Amino acid sequence: MTAQVETAPAARPAARSEISDRARAERRLGLLLSAPAVIVMLLVTGYPLLNAVYLSLFNYRLTAPQDREFVGLRNYITALSDGLFWQDVFTTFLITAITVAVELVLGFGLAMVMHRAVFARRTVRTAILLPYGIVTVISAFAWRYAFDLQSGFVNSWFGLGDFAWFSDRWAALFVICLSEVWKTTPFISLLLLAGLAQVPHDLSEAATVDGATAWQRLRRVIIPNMKAAILVAVLFRTLDAWRIFDNPFVMTRGQEQTATLSFLTYDQTITRTSIGMGNAVGVLLFLSVVLIAAVFIRGFRVDLSQVRGDR
Amino acid sequence: MSERAKDGRGDQGARARRGPGRRTRGGPARPRARGRARALRGAVAAALLAGGLAACGGDGGTPTLHWYINPDNGGQARLAEACTKAAGGRYRIVTSILPNDATQQREQLIRRLAAKDDQLDIMSLDPVFVAEAANAGFLRPFTADEARQFTQGVFPAAVESSTWKGRLYAAPFWANTQILWYRKSAAQKAGVDPNAPDFTWDKMIDAAVRAGVTVGVQGNKYEGYMVWINALVASAGGRIISAAERGNDASIDIDSPAGREAARIIGKLARSKAASPSLSTDMEEQARSLLNSDRGGFMVNWGYIWRAENDDAKSGVIDKNIPNDLGWAPYPRVRADQPGRPPFGGIELGIGAFGKYKDTHAVDAVRCITTPENMKKYMLDSGNPAARPEVFDDPEVRREFPMATMIRDSINAAAPRPNTPYYTDLSAAVQSRWHPPASVNPESTPRRSAEFVRAVLRDEALL
Repeated sequence: MTAQVETAPAARPAARSEISDRARAERRLGLLLSAPAVIVMLLVTGYPLLNAVYLSLFNYRLTAPQDREFVGLRNYITALSDGLFWQDVFTTFLITAITVAVELVLGFGLAMVMHRAVFARRTVRTAILLPYGIVTVISAFAWRYAFDLQSGFVNSWFGLGDFAWFSDRWAALFVICLSEVWKTTPFISLLLLAGLAQVPHDLSEAATVDGATAWQRLRRVIIPNMKAAILVAVLFRTLDAWRIFDNPFVMTRGQEQTATLSFLTYDQTITRTSIGMGNAVGVLLFLSVVLIAAVFIRGFRVDLSQVRGDR
Repeated sequence: MSERAKDGRGDQGARARRGPGRRTRGGPARPRARGRARALRGAVAAALLAGGLAACGGDGGTPTLHWYINPDNGGQARLAEACTKAAGGRYRIVTSILPNDATQQREQLIRRLAAKDDQLDIMSLDPVFVAEAANAGFLRPFTADEARQFTQGVFPAAVESSTWKGRLYAAPFWANTQILWYRKSAAQKAGVDPNAPDFTWDKMIDAAVRAGVTVGVQGNKYEGYMVWINALVASAGGRIISAAERGNDASIDIDSPAGREAARIIGKLARSKAASPSLSTDMEEQARSLLNSDRGGFMVNWGYIWRAENDDAKSGVIDKNIPNDLGWAPYPRVRADQPGRPPFGGIELGIGAFGKYKDTHAVDAVRCITTPENMKKYMLDSGNPAARPEVFDDPEVRREFPMATMIRDSINAAAPRPNTPYYTDLSAAVQSRWHPPASVNPESTPRRSAEFVRAVLRDEALL
């Protein structure tokens, strides 16, 4: 398996230079077979995307359609020069960086537990994956009520008196991150479990025979061999965390400076019914997601097909 | 077990789809499979037919009016039933419940109205959203005759909130106001009489600090906070904006002596010992449980408190002695020599501009819902005050609500929030600069909020 993974990138350029008729026909068939799916994808994602870009060039309110006015890039300039935009970018960045880092460490530990579990394997795995099966909005409400001053139990458990968690920016962000970590660590550990399964057992065994400690085996054998899985897990989680919406929406409604970029888009489009401005922020959010994905895929050379195991 | 059940269903479905003409699997099971498939198709056809017939029946029979209501105790649904009965088969009213808070109710209605949804026949609207929907052409204006009927003997604030550019766009259904609720024991301990004519916010805050109790208000970043700010500004003799009909060129008046006085009071309370520990996230119900706690003292809140406290005491949620200790007084003043202007709220009934029965049955239904008898019925049922002052003189209402006269006077003195099609922007912009309450500073907050409101109205800032 690893052998394949290592040789595949080297083999690819060679295959491209000497392409046979048969390979060409196969490729054409492949394109033909995937065409319907690509067309549907373009319809359901391409059209809304282009429409959003188009609408973002207008000063346009849902409640005053007759006052629609073309303003070019003014909405983008307004958004990018607004302190609130950068405040929300910072909040989003903070949530993303903290949750992904914590989840990676915890997720790795849980993946090891799932991988090594000797007895009650299925029970252990189910227990670990359970939070991921819960709808985010519901888990957000559960955490909110747990930390709530009136209905919550957290303050009485830890003797915090009447500390209002959601009335302070950092305390609120802490609860949001905690809920996020609890909810999505299983996702990372699932991807890492797949990576762990790919690490050849004989390599670890050889290392053990050579007298490597557990830490050395982890650093030199296991992690290098599952680098691809780690990067894909981090990429997926980063993109998800960057678009976080549910937890701040349910817990704080974006107050106490806990609004994220998605929340900012929601506020402009849905609450304010300012279609032009909302779409401009939405497009900026989309571009930031593209940027993150590009940095990972180009910069860290993440190959998505490796982890799906479809080579 | 569940796995097997799932497989069985899938198998059957696949067979039914495949049909008897395209047999791919041989063997003796075939005739049975064919029979089962036929039975299944028969059932599907029958179901479709029944659905079609039902739809036909709906079209040909009684016209159905959809009334979108804000969540209540079921009182509006019962009124809908009563009016359906009274219509004698001419129409029937079906209620659908909107989201919990006013902002979300508006979000749903505005989006559906913008899409010209013809299912929105009657809507229970918060008074502050009438102007926006009316200005956008989403509501059917009432004719002069109808308007006379819906406004005669109705609180002026309710009529003002339902009117846009001289025309009535919604029929006042119930009116609301906030009064001061307090624990008699706490007021006694502090040595103050909240019913004294010169009882001000300053006196109340000082008294609460002295007695070690709290002053409950709505300080969360939501519409309720705007209600408080508006009431304070109005009580100080000012207003947040004026000349609202000029749209985004309206005159912004919050940076004024009245605005600074409001900011001073909010900042003073929020930074005092009388503030709720969770002031910046408190809504109506949090303020109520604060009043019921050991440190409960004073609270400004809507009229529903009386009913809610009595119900909770009866069912044992709170101490059964609390209702006896509960006092009420007019909304506190800002200036001792100037009567307070309490908040105004309630619900107005709008008729969607795209409904099938907007000129006929919908108007009749609104007429039925807003009769004085039905308003009284709704007030007794839900605890929400009627929009007609005459209802408050009814002996039954007086028996049920000992503070009826005070609520009536309070609604009469109430200051509506600004009547502008940009209300949501205005409110969110003010909230954004005035929140959290502990950060409010009379020197800077009103000025900063005035600048921000202007920028938001002109689409020059994010919200």
